[in-house]
Amino acid sequence: MTHALRDPLKRARGLGAAKEGTSHFIAQRVSAIALAPLSIWFMVSAFSLLGGGYAEARVFLAQPFNAVLMAALVIALFHHAHLGLETVIEDYVHLRGLAFTLKIVVKFVAVLAVIASLFALVRIALGA
Amino acid sequence: MTNLASKRERPLSPFMIGPHYRPQLTSMTSIFHRITGVLLSLGALAMVGWLLAVAAGPDAYQHFANLASSWFGLAVGAGLIFAIVYHWLNGVRHLAWDVGVGLELGRAYASGWFVVGATAVLTVALVWLMLRGVAP
Repeated sequence: MTHALRDPLKRARGLGAAKEGTSHFIAQRVSAIALAPLSIWFMVSAFSLLGGGYAEARVFLAQPFNAVLMAALVIALFHHAHLGLETVIEDYVHLRGLAFTLKIVVKFVAVLAVIASLFALVRIALGA
Repeated sequence: MTNLASKRERPLSPFMIGPHYRPQLTSMTSIFHRITGVLLSLGALAMVGWLLAVAAGPDAYQHFANLASSWFGLAVGAGLIFAIVYHWLNGVRHLAWDVGVGLELGRAYASGWFVVGATAVLTVALVWLMLRGVAP
């Protein structure tokens, strides 16, 4: 009975009262699915490079396969971290101005971190 | 929100951590997921530092390597190993819940204890590997 009172379009869109939370929730999960294998690859790589020094790390990152996976990892990781930190801030920081400021800081740091990482990877790949 | 509504004391359900609930495995694994997530966000910046150090050249890389293999660096590394192992395992648990698998109370507890146990074993093993890897 209650279902009959609900606009079918509202059900089809599935967005709920706030209209936008669902995409945040789904992006958090999709980035998590990407990170599950990428993080294992990174851990295995990092451990194999332990104690290896500069030349070994550079050769590793200069290989296209590794550079592409590293770029994918950095993008997925900071996307995931950004979404997660937003949720944590929204849940625990109750001063609206502070929460707003922290969310902007997190966003800027995450975007800068991705840009810096991609710049580093390109520089290594081109051997500059 | 009108003034009238905001002045009235509305009943709120108590937060899961605090005087109203006794600590439960399910709530503790949940809050630890968030804590390790925040720690890993900071740790991710160390990874960016590593990439920038490699891109900058041998001198910059040596600075990074010295810091990373110092007592402080290894302690941070051990902490990050713990955080990523826990967050990974418990994250898979959350993804299973998201598709409706393992939500029954008994199974939620079983997977929770599995995450705790596997985190302990894997953390010890990986920290040992890390120390062996940096040892000359």
